[in-house]
Amino acid sequence: MLTNNTREKLIKAFLWLSGLIIVAILFIIIAYIAIKGVSAINLDFILEAPRRAGKEGGIWTTIVSTVYLTLVSLLIAVPIGVGSAIHLEEYALRRSWFANLVNLTAETLAGIPSIVFGLFGFVFFVIFLQMGWSIISGSLTMAIMILPTITRTAQEAILAVPAEYRENSLALGASKWQTISRVVLPSAVPGIITGIILSIGRAVGETAALILTAGSSLGMPGGLLDPARTMSVHLYILAMEGISMDRAFGTAFLIIVLIVIINYLANLSLCRMSQVSRQI
Amino acid sequence: MGKYIEDGLTAYRMKAKSEKISVPRPHRIKPLNLERGIEWLLKLSAAIAILAIVLITVFIFARGIPLIFKTGLIDFIFNLKWSPSHGSYGIATMLVGSLVITLSSLIWAVPLGILSAIFMAEVAPSRIGNLLGRLVELLAGIPSVVFGFFGLIVIVPFIRSHLGGNGMSVLAGAIILGIMILPTIISISRDSILTVPKEYKEGSLALGATHIQSISGVILPAARSGIITAVVLGMGRAIGETMAVVMVTGNSTIIPGSILSPVRTMTSNIVLEMGYAAGDHQAALFATGAVLFIFIVILNLVVSFSIKAGKNYAN
Repeated sequence: MLTNNTREKLIKAFLWLSGLIIVAILFIIIAYIAIKGVSAINLDFILEAPRRAGKEGGIWTTIVSTVYLTLVSLLIAVPIGVGSAIHLEEYALRRSWFANLVNLTAETLAGIPSIVFGLFGFVFFVIFLQMGWSIISGSLTMAIMILPTITRTAQEAILAVPAEYRENSLALGASKWQTISRVVLPSAVPGIITGIILSIGRAVGETAALILTAGSSLGMPGGLLDPARTMSVHLYILAMEGISMDRAFGTAFLIIVLIVIINYLANLSLCRMSQVSRQI
Repeated sequence: MGKYIEDGLTAYRMKAKSEKISVPRPHRIKPLNLERGIEWLLKLSAAIAILAIVLITVFIFARGIPLIFKTGLIDFIFNLKWSPSHGSYGIATMLVGSLVITLSSLIWAVPLGILSAIFMAEVAPSRIGNLLGRLVELLAGIPSVVFGFFGLIVIVPFIRSHLGGNGMSVLAGAIILGIMILPTIISISRDSILTVPKEYKEGSLALGATHIQSISGVILPAARSGIITAVVLGMGRAIGETMAVVMVTGNSTIIPGSILSPVRTMTSNIVLEMGYAAGDHQAALFATGAVLFIFIVILNLVVSFSIKAGKNYAN
Protein backbone atom coordinates (compact mmCIF):
# COMPACT_ATOMS: atom_id res chain seq x y z
CA MET A 1 0.00 0.00 0.00
CA LEU A 2 1.39 3.36 -0.95
CA THR A 3 1.39 6.05 1.66
CA ASN A 4 -0.45 9.23 0.85
CA ASN A 5 2.79 11.08 0.52
CA THR A 6 4.38 8.81 -2.07
CA ARG A 7 1.14 8.63 -4.03
CA GLU A 8 1.00 12.40 -4.07
CA LYS A 9 4.56 12.54 -5.37
CA LEU A 10 3.91 9.89 -8.01
CA ILE A 11 0.89 11.74 -9.37
CA LYS A 12 2.81 15.01 -9.46
CA ALA A 13 5.63 13.32 -11.34
CA PHE A 14 3.05 12.05 -13.79
CA LEU A 15 1.66 15.57 -14.29
CA TRP A 16 5.19 16.91 -14.91
CA LEU A 17 5.63 14.15 -17.46
CA SER A 18 2.50 15.15 -19.36
CA GLY A 19 3.73 18.76 -19.51
CA LEU A 20 7.06 17.49 -20.80
CA ILE A 21 5.35 15.41 -23.51
CA ILE A 22 3.64 18.54 -24.86
CA VAL A 23 6.96 20.39 -25.05
CA ALA A 24 8.58 17.36 -26.68
CA ILE A 25 5.89 17.10 -29.37
CA LEU A 26 6.24 20.76 -30.33
CA PHE A 27 10.02 20.59 -30.20
CA ILE A 28 10.26 17.45 -32.34
CA ILE A 29 7.98 18.83 -35.06
CA ILE A 30 9.70 22.19 -35.30
CA ALA A 31 13.23 20.81 -34.97
CA TYR A 32 12.68 18.08 -37.56
CA ILE A 33 11.29 20.43 -40.17
CA ALA A 34 13.88 23.09 -39.38
CA ILE A 35 16.83 20.69 -39.71
CA LYS A 36 15.56 19.16 -42.93
CA GLY A 37 14.26 22.41 -44.35
CA VAL A 38 17.03 24.84 -43.63
CA SER A 39 19.35 23.29 -46.22
CA ALA A 40 16.75 23.83 -48.95
CA ILE A 41 16.54 27.51 -48.21
CA ASN A 42 18.66 30.05 -49.98
CA LEU A 43 18.02 33.30 -51.75
CA ASP A 44 17.28 31.55 -55.05
CA PHE A 45 14.69 29.31 -53.41
CA ILE A 46 12.88 32.38 -52.13
CA LEU A 47 13.27 34.68 -55.11
CA GLU A 48 13.00 32.32 -58.09
CA ALA A 49 9.74 31.34 -59.72
CA PRO A 50 8.92 27.61 -59.61
CA ARG A 51 9.67 25.65 -62.79
CA ARG A 52 8.33 22.30 -64.00
CA ALA A 53 5.34 22.30 -61.57
CA GLY A 54 7.62 23.10 -58.64
CA LYS A 55 10.18 20.37 -59.27
CA GLU A 56 12.77 23.02 -59.93
CA GLY A 57 13.24 26.66 -59.13
CA GLY A 58 12.00 28.41 -56.03
CA ILE A 59 8.67 29.41 -54.56
CA TRP A 60 8.59 33.16 -55.26
CA THR A 61 5.16 33.24 -56.92
CA THR A 62 3.58 31.36 -54.03
CA ILE A 63 5.04 33.86 -51.56
CA VAL A 64 3.63 36.74 -53.60
CA SER A 65 0.25 34.98 -53.82
CA THR A 66 0.18 34.42 -50.07
CA VAL A 67 0.91 38.07 -49.35
CA TYR A 68 -1.54 39.24 -52.02
CA LEU A 69 -4.37 37.04 -50.71
CA THR A 70 -3.71 37.95 -47.10
CA LEU A 71 -3.67 41.69 -47.83
CA VAL A 72 -6.87 41.65 -49.87
CA SER A 73 -8.72 39.59 -47.28
CA LEU A 74 -7.56 41.95 -44.52
CA LEU A 75 -8.68 44.95 -46.60
CA ILE A 76 -12.14 43.40 -46.75
CA ALA A 77 -12.42 41.98 -43.26
CA VAL A 78 -10.81 44.69 -41.10
CA PRO A 79 -13.26 47.55 -41.88
CA ILE A 80 -16.25 45.20 -41.55
CA GLY A 81 -14.96 43.55 -38.38
CA VAL A 82 -13.95 46.77 -36.66
CA GLY A 83 -17.19 48.42 -37.82
CA SER A 84 -19.33 45.70 -36.32
CA ALA A 85 -17.26 45.79 -33.13
CA ILE A 86 -17.95 49.54 -32.85
CA HIS A 87 -21.62 48.93 -33.46
CA LEU A 88 -21.79 46.17 -30.84
CA GLU A 89 -19.86 48.05 -28.15
CA GLU A 90 -20.84 51.67 -28.72
CA TYR A 91 -24.27 51.74 -30.33
CA ALA A 92 -26.17 48.50 -29.77
CA LEU A 93 -28.04 47.95 -26.54
CA ARG A 94 -26.39 45.14 -24.62
CA ARG A 95 -29.35 42.78 -24.68
CA SER A 96 -30.85 43.70 -28.04
CA TRP A 97 -31.82 40.78 -30.26
CA PHE A 98 -29.65 42.11 -33.06
CA ALA A 99 -26.51 42.24 -30.91
CA ASN A 100 -27.21 38.75 -29.57
CA LEU A 101 -27.68 37.44 -33.07
CA VAL A 102 -24.42 39.00 -34.28
CA ASN A 103 -22.53 37.50 -31.33
CA LEU A 104 -24.09 34.11 -31.94
CA THR A 105 -23.22 34.14 -35.65
CA ALA A 106 -19.65 35.17 -34.86
CA GLU A 107 -19.36 32.15 -32.57
CA THR A 108 -20.87 29.85 -35.17
CA LEU A 109 -18.64 31.21 -37.94
CA ALA A 110 -15.58 30.59 -35.76
CA GLY A 111 -16.52 26.92 -35.40
CA ILE A 112 -17.21 26.10 -39.04
CA PRO A 113 -14.47 23.92 -40.60
CA SER A 114 -12.45 25.53 -43.36
CA ILE A 115 -13.52 22.93 -45.91
CA VAL A 116 -17.13 24.10 -45.50
CA PHE A 117 -16.01 27.69 -46.13
CA GLY A 118 -14.24 26.34 -49.17
CA LEU A 119 -17.41 24.69 -50.46
CA PHE A 120 -19.35 27.90 -49.91
CA GLY A 121 -16.69 30.08 -51.54
CA PHE A 122 -16.63 27.72 -54.49
CA VAL A 123 -20.38 27.64 -55.11
CA PHE A 124 -20.99 31.33 -54.27
CA PHE A 125 -17.97 33.37 -55.37
CA VAL A 126 -16.39 31.08 -57.97
CA ILE A 127 -19.56 29.87 -59.69
CA PHE A 128 -22.59 31.95 -58.71
CA LEU A 129 -20.84 35.35 -58.89
CA GLN A 130 -18.65 34.07 -61.74
CA MET A 131 -15.39 35.23 -60.21
CA GLY A 132 -13.70 31.96 -61.10
CA TRP A 133 -10.75 30.51 -59.18
CA SER A 134 -9.11 33.79 -58.29
CA ILE A 135 -7.45 35.99 -55.72
CA ILE A 136 -10.74 37.78 -55.12
CA SER A 137 -12.76 34.57 -54.56
CA GLY A 138 -10.10 33.30 -52.18
CA SER A 139 -9.84 36.63 -50.36
CA LEU A 140 -13.59 37.01 -49.91
CA THR A 141 -13.81 33.46 -48.51
CA MET A 142 -10.80 34.11 -46.29
CA ALA A 143 -12.34 37.40 -45.14
CA ILE A 144 -15.43 35.60 -43.83
CA MET A 145 -13.17 33.12 -42.03
CA ILE A 146 -11.13 35.78 -40.21
CA LEU A 147 -14.09 38.09 -39.53
CA PRO A 148 -14.92 36.54 -36.10
CA THR A 149 -11.31 36.95 -34.89
CA ILE A 150 -11.12 40.58 -35.97
CA THR A 151 -14.54 41.44 -34.54
CA ARG A 152 -13.86 39.72 -31.22
CA THR A 153 -10.43 41.28 -30.61
CA ALA A 154 -11.66 44.74 -31.66
CA GLN A 155 -14.64 44.35 -29.32
CA GLU A 156 -12.35 43.52 -26.42
CA ALA A 157 -10.07 46.44 -27.23
CA ILE A 158 -12.98 48.91 -27.43
CA LEU A 159 -14.44 47.55 -24.20
CA ALA A 160 -11.11 48.16 -22.46
CA VAL A 161 -11.16 51.91 -23.28
CA PRO A 162 -12.19 53.63 -20.01
CA ALA A 163 -15.60 55.33 -19.91
CA GLU A 164 -13.96 58.57 -18.70
CA TYR A 165 -12.33 59.05 -22.11
CA ARG A 166 -15.71 59.09 -23.80
CA GLU A 167 -17.30 61.25 -21.12
CA ASN A 168 -14.52 63.82 -21.29
CA SER A 169 -14.71 63.98 -25.04
CA LEU A 170 -18.50 64.32 -25.04
CA ALA A 171 -18.29 66.96 -22.31
CA LEU A 172 -15.94 68.97 -24.53
CA GLY A 173 -18.73 69.09 -27.08
CA ALA A 174 -17.58 66.37 -29.46
CA SER A 175 -20.29 64.35 -31.17
CA LYS A 176 -20.58 60.60 -30.70
CA TRP A 177 -18.78 59.73 -33.93
CA GLN A 178 -16.08 62.32 -33.26
CA THR A 179 -15.58 60.72 -29.85
CA ILE A 180 -15.36 57.23 -31.33
CA SER A 181 -13.09 58.11 -34.23
CA ARG A 182 -10.69 60.42 -32.36
CA VAL A 183 -10.71 59.04 -28.83
CA VAL A 184 -11.98 55.47 -28.61
CA LEU A 185 -10.47 53.97 -31.77
CA PRO A 186 -6.92 55.34 -31.30
CA SER A 187 -6.89 53.85 -27.80
CA ALA A 188 -8.14 50.53 -29.18
CA VAL A 189 -5.52 50.27 -31.95
CA PRO A 190 -3.20 47.77 -30.17
CA GLY A 191 -6.11 45.36 -29.72
CA ILE A 192 -7.16 45.72 -33.32
CA ILE A 193 -3.59 45.04 -34.43
CA THR A 194 -3.55 41.85 -32.34
CA GLY A 195 -6.60 40.68 -34.26
CA ILE A 196 -4.93 41.49 -37.56
CA ILE A 197 -1.77 39.58 -36.63
CA LEU A 198 -3.77 36.52 -35.57
CA SER A 199 -5.69 36.68 -38.85
CA ILE A 200 -2.48 36.84 -40.86
CA GLY A 201 -1.43 33.62 -39.13
CA ARG A 202 -4.66 31.97 -40.16
CA ALA A 203 -4.40 33.21 -43.74
CA VAL A 204 -0.82 32.00 -44.13
CA GLY A 205 -1.77 28.51 -42.99
CA GLU A 206 -5.11 28.13 -44.71
CA THR A 207 -5.19 25.44 -47.37
CA ALA A 208 -8.49 23.59 -47.76
CA ALA A 209 -10.63 26.67 -48.37
CA LEU A 210 -8.12 28.21 -50.76
CA ILE A 211 -7.67 25.13 -52.96
CA LEU A 212 -11.39 25.32 -53.71
CA THR A 213 -11.57 29.09 -54.21
CA ALA A 214 -8.21 30.46 -55.37
CA GLY A 215 -7.20 27.44 -57.40
CA SER A 216 -3.69 26.05 -57.63
CA SER A 217 -2.22 27.77 -60.64
CA LEU A 218 1.50 28.38 -60.21
CA GLY A 219 1.65 31.55 -62.28
CA MET A 220 2.36 35.02 -60.93
CA PRO A 221 -1.01 36.59 -60.09
CA GLY A 222 -1.51 39.97 -61.72
CA GLY A 223 -5.06 41.17 -61.16
CA LEU A 224 -7.70 40.26 -58.62
CA LEU A 225 -9.30 37.84 -61.08
CA ASP A 226 -6.16 35.76 -61.58
CA PRO A 227 -5.88 32.35 -59.91
CA ALA A 228 -3.12 31.83 -57.37
CA ARG A 229 -1.36 29.17 -55.31
CA THR A 230 -0.35 30.08 -51.77
CA MET A 231 2.62 28.58 -49.92
CA SER A 232 0.43 26.19 -47.94
CA VAL A 233 -1.35 24.91 -51.04
CA HIS A 234 2.05 24.56 -52.73
CA LEU A 235 3.35 22.49 -49.80
CA TYR A 236 0.28 20.26 -50.00
CA ILE A 237 0.69 19.63 -53.71
CA LEU A 238 4.46 19.13 -53.53
CA ALA A 239 4.09 16.55 -50.75
CA MET A 240 0.95 14.76 -51.94
CA GLU A 241 2.05 14.36 -55.51
CA GLY A 242 5.62 13.64 -54.47
CA ILE A 243 6.94 16.35 -56.75
CA SER A 244 9.90 17.41 -54.65
CA MET A 245 10.32 16.57 -50.98
CA ASP A 246 13.31 18.89 -50.80
CA ARG A 247 11.26 21.88 -51.80
CA ALA A 248 8.38 20.74 -49.63
CA PHE A 249 10.69 20.81 -46.60
CA GLY A 250 11.91 24.27 -47.56
CA THR A 251 8.35 25.55 -47.94
CA ALA A 252 7.24 23.97 -44.65
CA PHE A 253 10.22 25.52 -42.91
CA LEU A 254 9.43 28.98 -44.29
CA ILE A 255 5.80 28.63 -43.17
CA ILE A 256 6.91 27.67 -39.67
CA VAL A 257 9.33 30.60 -39.51
CA LEU A 258 6.49 32.93 -40.52
CA ILE A 259 4.16 31.42 -37.90
CA VAL A 260 6.79 31.76 -35.16
CA ILE A 261 7.32 35.41 -36.09
CA ILE A 262 3.58 36.07 -36.22
CA ASN A 263 3.12 34.34 -32.87
CA TYR A 264 5.87 36.45 -31.33
CA LEU A 265 4.37 39.67 -32.70
CA ALA A 266 0.91 38.70 -31.43
CA ASN A 267 2.30 38.11 -27.95
CA LEU A 268 4.15 41.40 -28.10
CA SER A 269 1.06 43.34 -29.06
CA LEU A 270 -1.02 41.49 -26.44
CA CYS A 271 1.55 42.52 -23.82
CA ARG A 272 1.39 46.11 -24.97
CA MET A 273 -2.40 45.96 -24.85
CA SER A 274 -2.41 44.81 -21.24
CA GLN A 275 0.25 47.39 -20.35
CA VAL A 276 -1.87 50.16 -21.82
CA SER A 277 -4.91 49.05 -19.85
CA ARG A 278 -2.82 48.76 -16.70
CA GLN A 279 -1.48 52.30 -17.08
CA ILE A 280 -5.05 53.53 -17.32
CA MET B 1 -51.06 84.65 -10.69
CA GLY B 2 -49.00 81.49 -11.10
CA LYS B 3 -52.00 79.36 -10.27
CA TYR B 4 -53.99 80.88 -13.15
CA ILE B 5 -51.26 80.12 -15.59
CA GLU B 6 -50.98 76.52 -14.39
CA ASP B 7 -54.74 76.06 -14.61
CA GLY B 8 -54.72 77.53 -18.05
CA LEU B 9 -51.93 75.19 -19.17
CA THR B 10 -53.68 72.14 -17.78
CA ALA B 11 -56.88 73.16 -19.51
CA TYR B 12 -54.98 73.65 -22.75
CA ARG B 13 -53.32 70.23 -22.46
CA MET B 14 -56.62 68.51 -21.76
CA LYS B 15 -58.24 70.26 -24.67
CA ALA B 16 -55.32 69.36 -26.87
CA LYS B 17 -55.54 65.74 -25.80
CA SER B 18 -59.26 65.53 -26.51
CA GLU B 19 -58.89 67.24 -29.88
CA LYS B 20 -55.65 65.47 -30.74
CA ILE B 21 -53.73 68.65 -31.30
CA SER B 22 -50.03 68.07 -31.01
CA VAL B 23 -48.52 69.90 -28.07
CA PRO B 24 -45.16 71.42 -28.83
CA ARG B 25 -42.44 69.44 -27.08
CA PRO B 26 -39.14 70.77 -25.85
CA HIS B 27 -36.90 71.40 -28.82
CA ARG B 28 -34.76 68.35 -29.61
CA ILE B 29 -31.43 68.73 -31.35
CA LYS B 30 -31.49 66.68 -34.52
CA PRO B 31 -28.31 64.64 -34.88
CA LEU B 32 -26.16 65.49 -37.85
CA ASN B 33 -26.85 63.46 -40.97
CA LEU B 34 -23.24 62.28 -40.99
CA GLU B 35 -23.68 60.79 -37.54
CA ARG B 36 -26.85 58.97 -38.59
CA GLY B 37 -25.22 57.71 -41.75
CA ILE B 38 -22.22 56.32 -39.90
CA GLU B 39 -24.46 54.68 -37.33
CA TRP B 40 -26.27 52.85 -40.12
CA LEU B 41 -23.06 51.92 -41.85
CA LEU B 42 -21.75 50.35 -38.64
CA LYS B 43 -24.97 48.44 -38.12
CA LEU B 44 -24.73 47.24 -41.71
CA SER B 45 -21.21 45.91 -41.17
CA ALA B 46 -22.42 44.02 -38.11
CA ALA B 47 -25.19 42.54 -40.26
CA ILE B 48 -22.64 41.15 -42.75
CA ALA B 49 -21.70 38.33 -40.36
CA ILE B 50 -25.37 37.32 -40.22
CA LEU B 51 -25.66 37.61 -43.98
CA ALA B 52 -22.57 35.42 -44.40
CA ILE B 53 -23.91 32.61 -42.26
CA VAL B 54 -27.29 32.74 -43.99
CA LEU B 55 -25.63 32.59 -47.42
CA ILE B 56 -23.35 29.73 -46.35
CA THR B 57 -26.29 27.69 -45.09
CA VAL B 58 -28.54 28.44 -48.04
CA PHE B 59 -25.97 27.81 -50.77
CA ILE B 60 -24.52 24.60 -49.33
CA PHE B 61 -27.92 23.12 -48.60
CA ALA B 62 -29.43 24.27 -51.89
CA ARG B 63 -26.63 22.56 -53.78
CA GLY B 64 -26.62 19.40 -51.66
CA ILE B 65 -30.20 18.69 -50.58
CA PRO B 66 -31.66 17.86 -54.04
CA LEU B 67 -29.23 14.95 -54.34
CA ILE B 68 -30.23 13.63 -50.91
CA PHE B 69 -33.85 13.73 -52.06
CA LYS B 70 -32.87 11.90 -55.21
CA THR B 71 -31.03 9.06 -53.47
CA GLY B 72 -33.07 9.15 -50.29
CA LEU B 73 -31.65 10.22 -46.94
CA ILE B 74 -31.36 6.65 -45.62
CA ASP B 75 -29.50 5.49 -48.70
CA PHE B 76 -27.20 8.53 -48.70
CA ILE B 77 -26.16 7.98 -45.08
CA PHE B 78 -26.18 4.17 -44.80
CA ASN B 79 -25.13 3.04 -48.27
CA LEU B 80 -21.57 1.70 -48.11
CA LYS B 81 -20.90 2.21 -51.78
CA TRP B 82 -19.33 5.49 -52.90
CA SER B 83 -18.90 5.12 -56.60
CA PRO B 84 -19.65 8.34 -58.46
CA SER B 85 -18.93 6.79 -61.86
CA HIS B 86 -21.77 4.32 -61.26
CA GLY B 87 -24.07 6.94 -59.81
CA SER B 88 -23.85 5.45 -56.33
CA TYR B 89 -23.47 8.05 -53.62
CA GLY B 90 -23.37 6.50 -50.14
CA ILE B 91 -21.28 8.28 -47.54
CA ALA B 92 -21.47 5.57 -44.82
CA THR B 93 -17.78 4.64 -45.14
CA MET B 94 -16.72 8.29 -44.89
CA LEU B 95 -19.10 8.95 -42.01
CA VAL B 96 -17.64 5.99 -40.13
CA GLY B 97 -14.15 7.12 -41.16
CA SER B 98 -14.68 10.60 -39.70
CA LEU B 99 -16.08 9.21 -36.45
CA VAL B 100 -13.34 6.58 -36.07
CA ILE B 101 -10.55 9.08 -36.69
CA THR B 102 -12.13 11.65 -34.38
CA LEU B 103 -12.75 9.24 -31.52
CA SER B 104 -9.35 7.60 -31.76
CA SER B 105 -7.64 10.98 -31.61
CA LEU B 106 -9.76 12.00 -28.62
CA ILE B 107 -8.86 8.79 -26.77
CA TRP B 108 -5.30 9.89 -26.20
CA ALA B 109 -5.47 13.66 -26.64
CA VAL B 110 -8.20 14.27 -24.04
CA PRO B 111 -6.41 12.60 -21.08
CA LEU B 112 -3.03 14.06 -22.03
CA GLY B 113 -4.57 17.50 -22.64
CA ILE B 114 -6.44 17.61 -19.34
CA LEU B 115 -3.44 16.31 -17.39
CA SER B 116 -1.15 18.93 -18.85
CA ALA B 117 -3.78 21.63 -18.25
CA ILE B 118 -3.84 20.58 -14.57
CA PHE B 119 -0.05 20.62 -14.58
CA MET B 120 0.11 24.12 -16.04
CA ALA B 121 -2.58 25.58 -13.80
CA GLU B 122 -1.88 23.85 -10.49
CA VAL B 123 1.43 22.06 -10.24
CA ALA B 124 3.99 23.94 -12.33
CA PRO B 125 5.60 27.14 -11.02
CA SER B 126 3.74 30.03 -12.66
CA ARG B 127 6.70 30.94 -14.90
CA ILE B 128 6.85 27.44 -16.34
CA GLY B 129 3.07 27.37 -16.64
CA ASN B 130 3.03 30.60 -18.62
CA LEU B 131 5.91 29.51 -20.84
CA LEU B 132 4.06 26.29 -21.60
CA GLY B 133 0.95 28.33 -22.33
CA ARG B 134 2.85 30.24 -24.99
CA LEU B 135 4.28 27.05 -26.49
CA VAL B 136 0.77 25.62 -26.70
CA GLU B 137 -0.34 28.79 -28.50
CA LEU B 138 2.49 28.28 -30.96
CA LEU B 139 1.38 24.68 -31.48
CA ALA B 140 -2.13 26.00 -32.17
CA GLY B 141 -0.75 28.37 -34.80
CA ILE B 142 1.04 25.74 -36.89
CA PRO B 143 -1.02 25.22 -40.06
CA SER B 144 -2.71 21.88 -40.59
CA VAL B 145 -0.85 21.28 -43.84
CA VAL B 146 2.45 21.38 -41.93
CA PHE B 147 1.15 18.81 -39.45
CA GLY B 148 0.03 16.70 -42.39
CA PHE B 149 3.46 17.00 -43.98
CA PHE B 150 5.15 16.00 -40.73
CA GLY B 151 2.82 13.01 -40.45
CA LEU B 152 3.50 11.97 -44.03
CA ILE B 153 7.24 12.22 -43.69
CA VAL B 154 7.77 10.94 -40.12
CA ILE B 155 4.79 9.09 -38.69
CA VAL B 156 3.65 7.18 -41.78
CA PRO B 157 7.11 5.69 -42.49
CA PHE B 158 7.51 4.89 -38.78
CA ILE B 159 4.26 2.94 -38.71
CA ARG B 160 5.14 1.23 -41.99
CA SER B 161 8.48 -0.05 -40.73
CA HIS B 162 7.54 -0.87 -37.13
CA LEU B 163 3.92 -1.97 -37.22
CA GLY B 164 3.49 -3.08 -40.78
CA GLY B 165 0.98 -2.18 -43.44
CA ASN B 166 1.23 0.76 -45.71
CA GLY B 167 1.58 3.28 -42.89
CA MET B 168 -1.20 5.48 -44.19
CA SER B 169 -3.73 4.53 -41.57
CA VAL B 170 -6.27 5.31 -38.89
CA LEU B 171 -3.39 5.31 -36.42
CA ALA B 172 -1.41 7.94 -38.33
CA GLY B 173 -4.51 10.11 -38.58
CA ALA B 174 -5.28 9.68 -34.88
CA ILE B 175 -1.75 10.67 -33.87
CA ILE B 176 -1.62 13.79 -36.04
CA LEU B 177 -5.18 14.86 -35.30
CA GLY B 178 -4.63 14.33 -31.58
CA ILE B 179 -1.60 16.64 -31.66
CA MET B 180 -3.68 19.23 -33.50
CA ILE B 181 -6.54 19.26 -31.00
CA LEU B 182 -4.26 19.30 -27.94
CA PRO B 183 -4.00 23.12 -27.91
CA THR B 184 -7.79 23.54 -27.93
CA ILE B 185 -8.24 21.06 -25.08
CA ILE B 186 -5.32 22.39 -23.04
CA SER B 187 -6.02 26.12 -23.26
CA ILE B 188 -9.75 25.94 -22.52
CA SER B 189 -9.32 23.40 -19.68
CA ARG B 190 -6.51 25.47 -18.22
CA ASP B 191 -8.59 28.65 -18.30
CA SER B 192 -11.49 26.94 -16.62
CA ILE B 193 -9.24 25.47 -13.90
CA LEU B 194 -7.67 28.90 -13.33
CA THR B 195 -11.08 30.54 -12.88
CA VAL B 196 -12.12 28.21 -10.05
CA PRO B 197 -12.27 30.50 -6.98
CA LYS B 198 -9.21 30.24 -4.72
CA GLU B 199 -11.45 29.76 -1.67
CA TYR B 200 -12.54 26.32 -2.91
CA LYS B 201 -8.99 25.04 -2.90
CA GLU B 202 -8.10 26.80 0.34
CA GLY B 203 -11.17 25.37 2.04
CA SER B 204 -10.31 21.89 0.88
CA LEU B 205 -6.68 22.19 1.98
CA ALA B 206 -7.81 23.58 5.35
CA LEU B 207 -9.96 20.49 5.84
CA GLY B 208 -6.81 18.42 5.62
CA ALA B 209 -7.03 17.25 2.00
CA THR B 210 -3.74 16.97 0.11
CA HIS B 211 -3.02 19.06 -2.98
CA ILE B 212 -3.84 16.20 -5.34
CA GLN B 213 -7.01 15.35 -3.41
CA SER B 214 -8.10 18.99 -3.65
CA ILE B 215 -7.46 18.95 -7.40
CA SER B 216 -9.41 15.76 -8.05
CA GLY B 217 -12.13 16.29 -5.44
CA VAL B 218 -12.78 20.03 -5.61
CA ILE B 219 -11.09 21.88 -8.48
CA LEU B 220 -11.84 19.47 -11.33
CA PRO B 221 -15.55 19.11 -10.47
CA ALA B 222 -15.84 22.91 -10.28
CA ALA B 223 -14.11 23.29 -13.66
CA ARG B 224 -16.19 20.51 -15.19
CA SER B 225 -18.24 22.55 -17.64
CA GLY B 226 -15.13 24.25 -19.02
CA ILE B 227 -13.42 20.91 -19.50
CA ILE B 228 -16.46 19.50 -21.28
CA THR B 229 -16.47 22.57 -23.53
CA ALA B 230 -12.79 21.96 -24.27
CA VAL B 231 -13.41 18.35 -25.27
CA VAL B 232 -16.41 19.18 -27.45
CA LEU B 233 -14.57 22.01 -29.23
CA GLY B 234 -11.62 19.67 -29.74
CA MET B 235 -14.00 17.16 -31.24
CA GLY B 236 -15.39 19.82 -33.57
CA ARG B 237 -11.91 20.70 -34.72
CA ALA B 238 -11.09 17.02 -35.28
CA ILE B 239 -14.20 16.27 -37.29
CA GLY B 240 -13.72 19.33 -39.50
CA GLU B 241 -10.00 18.95 -40.07
CA THR B 242 -9.10 18.26 -43.67
CA MET B 243 -5.57 18.77 -44.92
CA ALA B 244 -3.66 16.92 -42.20
CA VAL B 245 -6.03 13.97 -42.38
CA VAL B 246 -6.04 13.69 -46.15
CA MET B 247 -2.23 13.53 -46.17
CA VAL B 248 -1.80 10.63 -43.74
CA THR B 249 -4.83 8.33 -43.83
CA GLY B 250 -4.55 6.72 -47.24
CA ASN B 251 -8.09 7.68 -48.27
CA SER B 252 -9.56 4.30 -49.26
CA THR B 253 -13.34 4.24 -49.21
CA ILE B 254 -13.64 1.21 -46.96
CA ILE B 255 -14.76 0.66 -43.40
CA PRO B 256 -11.44 0.38 -41.53
CA GLY B 257 -10.89 -3.10 -40.12
CA SER B 258 -8.02 -2.23 -37.81
CA ILE B 259 -6.06 0.84 -36.73
CA LEU B 260 -3.54 0.02 -39.45
CA SER B 261 -6.00 0.05 -42.33
CA PRO B 262 -6.48 3.15 -44.47
CA VAL B 263 -9.60 5.26 -44.13
CA ARG B 264 -11.29 8.22 -45.82
CA THR B 265 -13.10 10.96 -43.91
CA MET B 266 -15.94 13.17 -45.16
CA THR B 267 -13.64 16.18 -45.31
CA SER B 268 -10.96 14.29 -47.25
CA ASN B 269 -13.56 13.13 -49.71
CA ILE B 270 -14.59 16.70 -50.44
CA VAL B 271 -11.09 18.06 -50.96
CA LEU B 272 -9.95 15.05 -53.01
CA GLU B 273 -12.84 15.00 -55.47
CA MET B 274 -14.04 18.60 -55.66
CA GLY B 275 -11.43 19.46 -58.28
CA TYR B 276 -12.97 17.28 -60.98
CA ALA B 277 -16.51 16.55 -59.75
CA ALA B 278 -19.51 17.74 -61.74
CA GLY B 279 -23.26 17.32 -61.73
CA ASP B 280 -24.63 14.81 -59.20
CA HIS B 281 -21.14 13.95 -58.05
CA GLN B 282 -20.49 17.57 -57.08
CA ALA B 283 -23.92 17.79 -55.46
CA ALA B 284 -23.07 14.71 -53.38
CA LEU B 285 -19.93 16.44 -52.12
CA PHE B 286 -22.00 19.46 -51.13
CA ALA B 287 -24.44 17.14 -49.37
CA THR B 288 -21.46 15.71 -47.47
CA GLY B 289 -20.55 19.28 -46.54
CA ALA B 290 -24.11 19.81 -45.33
CA VAL B 291 -23.87 16.72 -43.08
CA LEU B 292 -20.59 18.06 -41.71
CA PHE B 293 -22.20 21.45 -41.15
CA ILE B 294 -25.03 19.84 -39.15
CA PHE B 295 -22.50 17.95 -37.01
CA ILE B 296 -20.69 21.19 -36.19
CA VAL B 297 -23.89 23.07 -35.38
CA ILE B 298 -24.93 20.28 -32.99
CA LEU B 299 -21.51 20.40 -31.30
CA ASN B 300 -21.82 24.20 -30.99
CA LEU B 301 -25.22 23.79 -29.35
CA VAL B 302 -23.73 21.28 -26.90
CA VAL B 303 -21.02 23.83 -26.08
CA SER B 304 -23.41 26.68 -25.38
CA PHE B 305 -25.55 24.31 -23.34
CA SER B 306 -22.57 23.19 -21.29
CA ILE B 307 -21.45 26.80 -20.73
CA LYS B 308 -24.95 27.66 -19.51
CA ALA B 309 -24.97 24.60 -17.25
CA GLY B 310 -21.60 25.69 -15.88
CA LYS B 311 -22.98 29.13 -15.03
CA ASN B 312 -25.89 27.54 -13.15
CA TYR B 313 -23.46 25.30 -11.30
CA ALA B 314 -21.34 28.29 -10.29
CA ASN B 315 -24.40 30.05 -8.90
